[in-house]
Amino acid sequence: MSYLDEGGRKGIRSWIFSTDHKRIGILYLASMVFLFFVAVTIGVLMRIEQLTVHPPLFAPQTYNAFFTVHGVIMIFMFVLPGLPAVFGNFFMPILIGARDVSFPRLNLMSWYFFIAGTALVVASLFTGKGPPDTGWTFYVPFSIRTGTNVTLGVFGAFVLGGSSILTGLNFLTTIHRLRAPGMGWHRMPLFVWSLYGTAWIQVLATPIIGITLLLVIAERVFGIGVFDPAKGGDPLLYQHLFWIYSHPAVYIMILPAMGAVTEIIPTFAHKMIFGYRAIAYSSIAIAFLGSVVWGHHMFTSGMSETANLVFSLLTFIVAVPSAIKVFNWTATLHKGSIEVRPPMLFALTFIFLFCIGGLTGLMQGALAVNVQVHDTYWIVGHFHYVMFGGAGMGFFAALLYWFPKMFGKTYNEKAAMLSWIPIFVGFNMLYFGMLVLGYMGMPRRYFTHLPQYHTGQVIASVGSFILAIGLVIFFANLIVALFKGKKAEQNPWGGVTLEWQIPTPPPLENFSVIPTIKERPYIFNPEASR
Amino acid sequence: MKRGCSAGIPGDKGVMQMAEAHVHTVPYRTFVRVWLLLLLLTAVLVLTSRLWHQALSVWAMLVLTPIKAGLVLFYFMHLKYEKPYLRALVFLTLGLLTMVIGLLFFDILNR
Amino acid sequence: MSDSAATPPLVRKDSHKDYEGAKLGMWLFLFTEILLFGGLFILYSAYRSRYPMEFHEGGQHLNVVIGVANTIILLTSSLTVALSLTAIQKGNRRLCALCLAATIILGLSFLVNKYIEWSGEIRHGLYPNSPVLLRRPHGDQIFFGLYYSMTGLHGLHVIAGIIVLSTMLILVARRKITSTDFNKLENGGLYWHLVDVIWIFLLPLFYLAA
Repeated sequence: MSYLDEGGRKGIRSWIFSTDHKRIGILYLASMVFLFFVAVTIGVLMRIEQLTVHPPLFAPQTYNAFFTVHGVIMIFMFVLPGLPAVFGNFFMPILIGARDVSFPRLNLMSWYFFIAGTALVVASLFTGKGPPDTGWTFYVPFSIRTGTNVTLGVFGAFVLGGSSILTGLNFLTTIHRLRAPGMGWHRMPLFVWSLYGTAWIQVLATPIIGITLLLVIAERVFGIGVFDPAKGGDPLLYQHLFWIYSHPAVYIMILPAMGAVTEIIPTFAHKMIFGYRAIAYSSIAIAFLGSVVWGHHMFTSGMSETANLVFSLLTFIVAVPSAIKVFNWTATLHKGSIEVRPPMLFALTFIFLFCIGGLTGLMQGALAVNVQVHDTYWIVGHFHYVMFGGAGMGFFAALLYWFPKMFGKTYNEKAAMLSWIPIFVGFNMLYFGMLVLGYMGMPRRYFTHLPQYHTGQVIASVGSFILAIGLVIFFANLIVALFKGKKAEQNPWGGVTLEWQIPTPPPLENFSVIPTIKERPYIFNPEASR
Repeated sequence: MKRGCSAGIPGDKGVMQMAEAHVHTVPYRTFVRVWLLLLLLTAVLVLTSRLWHQALSVWAMLVLTPIKAGLVLFYFMHLKYEKPYLRALVFLTLGLLTMVIGLLFFDILNR
Repeated sequence: MSDSAATPPLVRKDSHKDYEGAKLGMWLFLFTEILLFGGLFILYSAYRSRYPMEFHEGGQHLNVVIGVANTIILLTSSLTVALSLTAIQKGNRRLCALCLAATIILGLSFLVNKYIEWSGEIRHGLYPNSPVLLRRPHGDQIFFGLYYSMTGLHGLHVIAGIIVLSTMLILVARRKITSTDFNKLENGGLYWHLVDVIWIFLLPLFYLAA
């Protein structure tokens, strides 16, 4: 009897009132994939707008709403909850040999906050004077002057932040308190280490955006005056507070994806991970260093030159622990017995696309380059490489890896591999195209463009259509598998972590007997292990 | 049920009944003494801010306020008697906030 | 080692209790509150550096007597809630309830004082977006903006704390909190103490700056 039908609990109420971490993970998955496709659709509409120049298909105000809502949905409702909400919830307790998280009811409340926040943002689209048009960054003074529904939208984001905080709090307590006997910190799977670092950022950084968003609301509703230049407020302080959260936020997005990739690579290379401690500690280092570089979003905003220099230096340093991980993954692959099946294909894609994203990040961390590329399509290309090519591909890889375990069904591997082609080709046409456009000087968040950028925009838009088709094939394959897939075995990939030692799908409370851990993880070929 | 649970590896066996855990009951008089000290420090703070030279009162604020907060944290909030890792986490959090303010001032002071 | 089809044994309700874990969870929540107010302290520090004169003089418009009285009230309420925990740990249910009640009453007095205080300031025209304030220098407007934000957010937390402690009082009365199961009261107390700690910082920043 698996968690899917345990105790005869059926029907929608057994899901939306469930405190079982596995069901909550699935609730998140369903909501997030739906929202992802809403945001993809808006993205495609934005690409169509850039194709239709004389005249453009949508009014400028509509385009402003498009990029705002696309950003808000993708960031707050897909990439930020991301792997922790789905795979962290489902697998972290299993990976440490626990029956559930420390606070199962709080876990369900996290999901309720997620739905409530989403509902508030959706409401902001259809009420009042229309959807926010400020960009997902809500910069003052425009966000306190514009008549659009900023208050409601921002409050939705605030509630979504609450969801993130509760998840982080829960995960930290669980990892500290519920590890199985024998599982010391250095015997934890590396996905758990990545969730641990992520959880600290969720708990410590998110409240800062919380207060910032509340102050925007206070500014709009009460005229409180802390950000309003007319009252002596400093718009730059808003940017500081905003990015003090939003930069660490990107590490919430990427760390778990790196963790998932770290699980997948050893399994499909049939080799122990190279540099366990390096990967574990670099996760913590990234979490820490990521909280001191936020100024690199503000190089051209009027910050002092001293601050510019300090943040530029720190930005170069934060690249180091990420690079350490890339070296360790590569070293794991070296002399491994590599099998490229769908999870591995997407994990390798992650490494490639994340490297491009990370390297472009380093480039724009240099002050002279930044002056040229800030607020251009280069930046848009960069962050899609890291957020989509990185966190997104990591999410897809994790989904392909853990799908059989979660649902007890297998998907069509050929279809998954085939879907990769339009995804990879379309992705690079779209986002490498943007890097080029930005370098040539095309500003971002403009509803139209000058003639010299048109060819680049056409290439990017065509790429986006190809990418969208690939995404549809990818998910259609999985959805068909949900209903018609063959029954999955307990351990289809030959993995060695705890989730592969329990039935597929897992039973309620995961283990009938909590295991005692006797050795470190990722030991393949036990006879050959040193 | 094990006594002396570490932050390490409880699992199923680590479930504690509170009576068996390291529960330390702080005597009433400790709390009363801390409270009296807090009132005294507040009085000093208020008096220096009103009577004395401005620079001295700023120093009083910078020194006495964290001491007061520390007394509440360590005694009322039991932090003195908690496991070391919890104290470390509190200081890490406060340290992070301080560091962020410090970095911010690279900008504030130079504009 | 893998399990096959064995159904997990029925889990006893209280074997899911983890005292240390519940306490850790509460401290983590307190960290989020520290960072929430921390954002406002960040703003205060930046603006104080920019408007030193107005921040220094701004406190003159505030009622120091009420500010100090509220400080004494909160410090005493921290004492009483701490005493209530020791009381229940020693099995003294009545004393625990009495101390909790005292804490709640002190909390309510804080709010009454705050109401009196704010009414006074509002009557003098010193509230966000007021015509009086809009005519004053920028530094004054920012000072009051921060004053209302920080003491306002703090006041909301006092209200929340009173609700939490009232719930604890009910649980003590119903013997749901006992000498062997007092974690909820301890956590509720931690929340209240944090509200006190934040006020310890707010006092000098606003009232004693003059």
